Amino acid sequence: MSVTIQTSTKAGNDRLRQIFSGAPLRIAIITIALLWTIPTIGLLITSFRPPDDINSSGWWTVFQHPFEISQYTIQNYAEVLTAEGMGNAFINSLLVTIPAVVIPITIAAFAAYAFAWLEFPGRRFFFIVVIGLMVVPLQMALVPLLRLYVAADLNGTYLGVWLAHTGFGLPLAIFLFYGYISTLPAEILESAHVDGASPLTTFSRLVMPLSVPVIASFAIFQFLWVWNDLLVALVFLGTRKEVAVVTSRLSALIGDRGQDWHVLTAGAFITMFIPLIVFFSLQRYFVRGLTAGSVKG
Amino acid sequence: MAETVEHTAPAPGKQSSTFVTGTLRVIISFIVPVITFLALRWSFTYMRDADANKFLVAVVALIVGVGAVWALYIITDNLVSLLPEAVREGVRPFVFVGPALVILGVYLVFPVFRTAYLSFFDARSESFIGLENYTYIFTNPDMLGVLRNNIWWLIVVTSFVVGLGLVIAVMVDRVRWEAAAKTIIFIPMAISAVGASVIWKFIYSFQAPSRPQIGLLNAVVVALGGDPQGWLILQPWNNFFLMFIMIWILTGFAMVVLSSAIKGVPAELLEAARIDGATEIQSFFRVIIPSIRGTLITITTTVIIMVLKVFDIVFVMTSGQFNTQVIANRMFQEMFTFRNAGRASALAVILLIAVIPVMVYNVRGMRSGRSQR
Repeated sequence: MSVTIQTSTKAGNDRLRQIFSGAPLRIAIITIALLWTIPTIGLLITSFRPPDDINSSGWWTVFQHPFEISQYTIQNYAEVLTAEGMGNAFINSLLVTIPAVVIPITIAAFAAYAFAWLEFPGRRFFFIVVIGLMVVPLQMALVPLLRLYVAADLNGTYLGVWLAHTGFGLPLAIFLFYGYISTLPAEILESAHVDGASPLTTFSRLVMPLSVPVIASFAIFQFLWVWNDLLVALVFLGTRKEVAVVTSRLSALIGDRGQDWHVLTAGAFITMFIPLIVFFSLQRYFVRGLTAGSVKG
Repeated sequence: MAETVEHTAPAPGKQSSTFVTGTLRVIISFIVPVITFLALRWSFTYMRDADANKFLVAVVALIVGVGAVWALYIITDNLVSLLPEAVREGVRPFVFVGPALVILGVYLVFPVFRTAYLSFFDARSESFIGLENYTYIFTNPDMLGVLRNNIWWLIVVTSFVVGLGLVIAVMVDRVRWEAAAKTIIFIPMAISAVGASVIWKFIYSFQAPSRPQIGLLNAVVVALGGDPQGWLILQPWNNFFLMFIMIWILTGFAMVVLSSAIKGVPAELLEAARIDGATEIQSFFRVIIPSIRGTLITITTTVIIMVLKVFDIVFVMTSGQFNTQVIANRMFQEMFTFRNAGRASALAVILLIAVIPVMVYNVRGMRSGRSQR
C-alpha cells in the first residue's frame, strides 16, 4: 500500500507508488461500494416490477433489456399506498415527526441557556443528571410510562408519542445546545445585559438566532430518529391502521404478506424516501447531527 | 435590574425568603409543561369529538407546540417579574430550566426508578418476589440463549463496524473520488432498520430448489453450484445474517467519523515517521491509531450502546424465532405477549446496568471538561 496520506504530501516521488498501489485499492473500494449499494438498488428495481416477474426471475434479469419500459410498473406503489394503507401511514409519520422535532427544541434551548449563563442552586447537579440520562436505554421507561399513559388515556394518541419523543430527546438536545450556547462570546451577552436586556430578551433576540446551526443539526438527527423509530411507535401508538406510522405499518405488512415482495419492496421504499431526500439535500448537517447525536441512549 | 446575569443568587441575610423562593421555583417549573399538556389535551379531545381531519391536527399541534410553548415561557417570565425583588432573581432561572427538568423527571427519572422497583415484583406487579426475575433470567436456558446472542451481537457487530469503518476510512483517503465512495457507504445510515430489514430479507429469500432463486444470495450460491439455503432458519448462522444488517447500517457512520479524525492527524507527524523509515503499517499503528484514540473510544462506546439495544432488526426478520432472540425484543414480548411486567423490567435493568460504565465515563469527561473552562 502507498505510504502517502493525502493530507501529508502530494510530492511527485509518491505518485509512482500510488499508481502501483492504486489498482488493488480501487478494486477493494469499488467492491465495498457495490456491496453497500446493490441491495438497495435491487429493492428499488423490484418495487417497479410486476408480481409475476418478481417471483419468476431475479431482479437483475432486467439488465438484459434495461430500457424495455413494458417490464416496469407503478401498480405496486398504487396498491401499497391505498389498499395497504401506506399512504395514510405516510401522513401519520409526518404528523408524528414534525411536532416531535419542534417541541423539544424550544424546551431544550431554554434549559441549555440557563445551564450555560444563569446561576441557580443545583446547576451542576442537574446538568450531570442530564448527561447521565443521555445514555439511559429507553427500555427503562417503557413499562411505567405505558401504565401512566393508560391511566391518563394518552395511549394510542399522537400527543402521547410527541411527548414521549420530547422526553427521550431532551437530554441530547440540552447537551448539544449547551455545548454551543456556552461558547458564545460572554462580551455580547454581558453588553446586552448592561443595555438593560432581561435574560428572556437576551435569549430570544441573541442566543436563539446565534444557535441556528446547532438547532439545525439536532433537528435533522431528531427527525431521522423519530421517522425511523419503530419501538416507541409500537408501544405508545400501536398498530391500528388509522394511526400507524410507516415503520410500524411496514413491519405489519412483513408479518401479513411476508412473501408478497411487490408490496414489501414498494412499501419499504416509501419509508426510505423522505430520509434519503434529507440525506442528499442536507448531507453536511446530517453528518454533523448524527455525529453529535451518536451518544443518545 | 441592578444585578448581573451571573450574580442572581439571593442576597445573604434573607433566610426567611429561602422557603418562599424554593416553593416559587417549583411552581414556576411546572407552569409551562402542565399548561401546555392541558392545552394540547383539551384541543385534541375537542377535535376528536369534532372528528377533525389530520391537517387540522397538525396545524393545532404546531400552533400549540411552538407558539403556545413560547408564549407560556414569556408569561411565566412576566409573572416572575411581578415578584418582590428579594425572591425575583432567585426564581427566574427556573423559568428557563424548570420545564425541561419536570419533563425529564416524568419521562426518564421517575420511570428508571419505577422500572428498577417493578423488577422485584411478579408479572402483574402485585407481590414482591425479590430476585426471582433475575434468577430466572440467569438460569432459564431460553433466557441464557438470549443473553448469549446479545453478547455475540456486541462482539461481532462492534468489532466489524469499528474495524471495517477504520479500514475503509484509511482506504478512501487515498482515492480521488473519496466523497462519492463515502456517500455511498454512508447511505444506509439514513434508512430505518425496518426498511433495511426488508432489503436484506429479500437478499436472503429462499425458493424451492426447483424454482429460480429470486434472493441474490441464493442466486449466487446456485450459480456457483451450491444448494439454496433458508438463511434465516439456518442455526446458528442466522444470527450472523441478522448482525450483518446492522454492520451494513453502521459501518458508514463509523467510517465518516473516523475519516474526519484521521484527516486531523498532523501531517508533520506522519512525515516525521516516514523520514525515520517507518513503513506504512508501522505509521498506521504507531502514529494514526494513537492520534485518533479519543475518537475510537467514542465510536466504539456509541456502537456498543446501539447494538446492546438492537430491537427492530430482530423484531422484523425473525421475531426472535430460530434462536435469534435478543434482550430488547424479548423485553417487548414480555411486555405485550406474555404480559409479564416483572421480567420485562428486569431485562430493562440489565440493559441499564450494561451502559452504566459508559454513563460514568461521560460524566467524568464532562466534569474534567468543565473544570478546564
